[in-house]
Amino acid sequence: MSERSELVVVGNGMVGQRFVEALRSRDGGGRWRVTVLAEESWPAYDRVRLSAFFDGASAEELSLHQPDDGVDLRLGEPVVAIDRERRRVRTGAGEYRYDALVLATGSYPFVPPIDGAYVAAGPDAIGPTPSLRPGVFVYRTLDDLTAIRDFAKGRRTGAVIGGGLLGLEAANALRLLGLGTHVVEFAPRLMPVQVDEAGGAMLRRYVEELGVVPHLGVATTAIRSRPDGELAGLTLSDGAWLPTDLVVVAAGIRPRDELARDAGLTLGERGGVRVDAGCRTSDERIWAIGECAAVEGTCYGLVAPGYAMAEVVADRLVGGTASFPGADTSAKLKLLGVDVAAFGDAHGTTPGCLDVTFTDPATRVYAKLVLSDDARTLLGGVLVGDVAAYPALRASVGGPLPGPPLALLAPAGDGTGTGSGIAALPGAAQVCSCNGVTKDQLVGAIAEGCVDVPGLKACTRAGTSCGSCVPMLKQLLSVSGVSLSKALCEHFAHSRQELFEIIRVREIRTFSRLVAEHGTGRGCDICKPVVASILASLGNGYVLDGEQASLQDTNDHFLANIQRDGTYSVVPRIPGGEITPEKLIVIGEVARDFQLYTKITGGQRIDLFGARVEQLPKIWRRLVDAGFESGHAYGKALRTIKSCVGSTWCRYGVQDSVGLAIALELRYRGLRAPHKIKSAVSGCARECAEARSKDFGIIATDNGWNLYLGGNGGFRPRHAELFATDLSTEELVRYVDRFLMFYIRTADRLQRTAAWIEAMDGGLEHLRAVLVDDSLGLCAELDAALARHVGAYSDEWRDTLEDPDRLRRFTSFVNAPDVPDPSITFEVERGQPVPAMGERRPVTLGLPTTMGVPS
Amino acid sequence: MNDDVRWTTVCAYPRLEPERGVAALVDGEQVAVFRTYDGRLFAIGQQDPISRAFVMARGIVGSRGEAPTVASPLHKQVYDLRTGHCLDVPGVAVPVYRVRCRDGLVEVAPRPQPAAGDS
Repeated sequence: MSERSELVVVGNGMVGQRFVEALRSRDGGGRWRVTVLAEESWPAYDRVRLSAFFDGASAEELSLHQPDDGVDLRLGEPVVAIDRERRRVRTGAGEYRYDALVLATGSYPFVPPIDGAYVAAGPDAIGPTPSLRPGVFVYRTLDDLTAIRDFAKGRRTGAVIGGGLLGLEAANALRLLGLGTHVVEFAPRLMPVQVDEAGGAMLRRYVEELGVVPHLGVATTAIRSRPDGELAGLTLSDGAWLPTDLVVVAAGIRPRDELARDAGLTLGERGGVRVDAGCRTSDERIWAIGECAAVEGTCYGLVAPGYAMAEVVADRLVGGTASFPGADTSAKLKLLGVDVAAFGDAHGTTPGCLDVTFTDPATRVYAKLVLSDDARTLLGGVLVGDVAAYPALRASVGGPLPGPPLALLAPAGDGTGTGSGIAALPGAAQVCSCNGVTKDQLVGAIAEGCVDVPGLKACTRAGTSCGSCVPMLKQLLSVSGVSLSKALCEHFAHSRQELFEIIRVREIRTFSRLVAEHGTGRGCDICKPVVASILASLGNGYVLDGEQASLQDTNDHFLANIQRDGTYSVVPRIPGGEITPEKLIVIGEVARDFQLYTKITGGQRIDLFGARVEQLPKIWRRLVDAGFESGHAYGKALRTIKSCVGSTWCRYGVQDSVGLAIALELRYRGLRAPHKIKSAVSGCARECAEARSKDFGIIATDNGWNLYLGGNGGFRPRHAELFATDLSTEELVRYVDRFLMFYIRTADRLQRTAAWIEAMDGGLEHLRAVLVDDSLGLCAELDAALARHVGAYSDEWRDTLEDPDRLRRFTSFVNAPDVPDPSITFEVERGQPVPAMGERRPVTLGLPTTMGVPS
Repeated sequence: MNDDVRWTTVCAYPRLEPERGVAALVDGEQVAVFRTYDGRLFAIGQQDPISRAFVMARGIVGSRGEAPTVASPLHKQVYDLRTGHCLDVPGVAVPVYRVRCRDGLVEVAPRPQPAAGDS
């Protein structure tokens, strides 16, 4: 009892909250009793993401509050005075004794002395709570935002004073509230502190495109009201009049140092509570952290340095000697939907420094690197429009570049183009600047057993704030040689092959039994589809009955392909690409009647796009009645067997490629596998069906068929390899049967046949021994399993249509089955319906580039 | 307080398949309602905040640690059904709705209005 000391924290913002968490996690012995006295009525929330409030985030979602019984949190109870002699702070409600006092009072918005900004006269009223004129707001707290939102109702235009970071955030907020939005900035460019002139120009184009009107190089001289009290507008320094219904002042912040000043603590020259490198004030019992603190005289208006200060004081209070490491003032932001990043010496103020710049008006990308005079050391930079390179670049500041400058600056597409540079980073480089985590700390955490990104996040906090360093975490894991566990996911410690054997040998028929006996939890989007596929391969019947329904990915669940807008596409099977005129007409009629976008696929089929879930059964009904069945375009299953016209029509064809393709496609239709499977049959060596880019490809010879295995198109194209030559049709079918079944049983999740063969000890030779010479004694079993599949095949569309219970799930809304999803709308392109893009984002896929740095 | 809440009946409880979602309209908003393995009910916004498509009810339900989860069917980000927080992308979340089973019927309450931009 006598050992306990009293710690009082003034302020519960982001930094105050981080300090309390840091102290509590270090103070295992419970030496400190913690009281937090806060002015706001909300517990700590994420002020950095404050603007998300206008995008639909609730106050709860922004909350950083961590319930902790060991902390006495008193909201709405601001400290009004510090009595240093008696070591007590006073609030409106009483007094609190302290042994240590931490000031985390943050800052307040600065309102420049503009005529008419206040109700009462005078810029003298400047302070934390100035009495602003109705219609004039600051942008700092949740309460400010609520007030702005309420006032904006029914009003039409708003103006923001200040074109910096906060000003652009406020402008976006006004835009989201539906106001015509202006930004008034005194400097000749937007975000003058962070970006240079060219970056500011690029930013301006983005901002104007969004309908926000910038007024640059002018000051606001007066705010005027109408006789009825409503705001009228602003007078600008160039004499212009800017009518507006609402004004947000976002012209900077000032430290909240009045408590310290009244208590006689030393202040910084430009304000803020002066502290040393250990964040201690001129009173050894009192500390200051965050925006209210002036470390060695300098105030920092960013959260990362505040977090660093919080850690320093927490360490000192438990007997440590940590000191402020210096601030990383880098920033990466999404302002008005534009990615902007600046880091290090962004303005190139270091004597003799060199600039490398890259401007692409077409993609709206601007980038600049600032290098030392010998071009060897990265000093800083600015990125606008594409910030993929930011994590690697920021971490490299002060050290060598992780690659050639132009390769670093040019857009990398998937954001990893520059990432391999992590191996070249020095250990002290900060990989996560939000939380001040260095490469050395991450490497240490990996050595101590963090084997994945969630583990690293939990251990080090890296990647938990803005998330921009997560790609680097992944690369660090891989270059650290973390041997990847074969565990499928957190629910199963087994590989897919092991699960297959467990399910087969123990005759398990449900996921529930499997996870109860061999796993943990309730599964996920990784293990459930795997188990669904295994159960289907083992002949469990209709894939959507009973519990199996809950295992299926949305495509398998709806027997169609989900597309970007939530609609589905339907692909009827057209074996071998051969189709009668009658069937072609039916497809055309269905597409016309349901207004579906129609396209010939790469696999000689016809894809019908834009069907809503409740339309799917009606579409299938028409197709099934005309003799079509499901093409399994949605499944990890055999898709299509493409063919040329073969000996039937072609001058060169030596075998009936169409007949074989149709026979094989019907034989293997519906076969579930670790990955989709494609195939083709060419009628002669001219290879018009492109069989050698398929999982199994067949090319006719004068004497029979050549079989090629392990090819694919897709992300990493591969040619198939010749497995056997001059096969009879019977031999060919036998080997393909065994190949497919062996692959299904032993491949990893999502492992294509090429990678499967490559990973096999002995490769294609081994495969030949297993499938042709029966070296493992498996062939009889593989043959029998495939025969079971062929015998049990049933069309899933037809099965669904015949069962009202199964049909029930094809509704847009369970309580309004006849109401189509109102979010789905179409535009017309080249005479056909396509998804209306609206606010939906395009899907970006990583594509290979030639700019990679050797890894 | 409870008197202010207008509960919308969505469907009979047995209509919900375990570990599978359904979409419902609640006061004009699209809501995804789930029944987990242990019979608990959850309701979140139907819109995937990343793709913006209204598809969440069609995701795979499961667990991550203690959290009951659903994965967006479009790009597989995983969300905690209890809080709506995305467990894969910091700062992303879907709204959470109150849901209950009364007299065998599943009912959902609209979100309290002050949470977002009223329109």
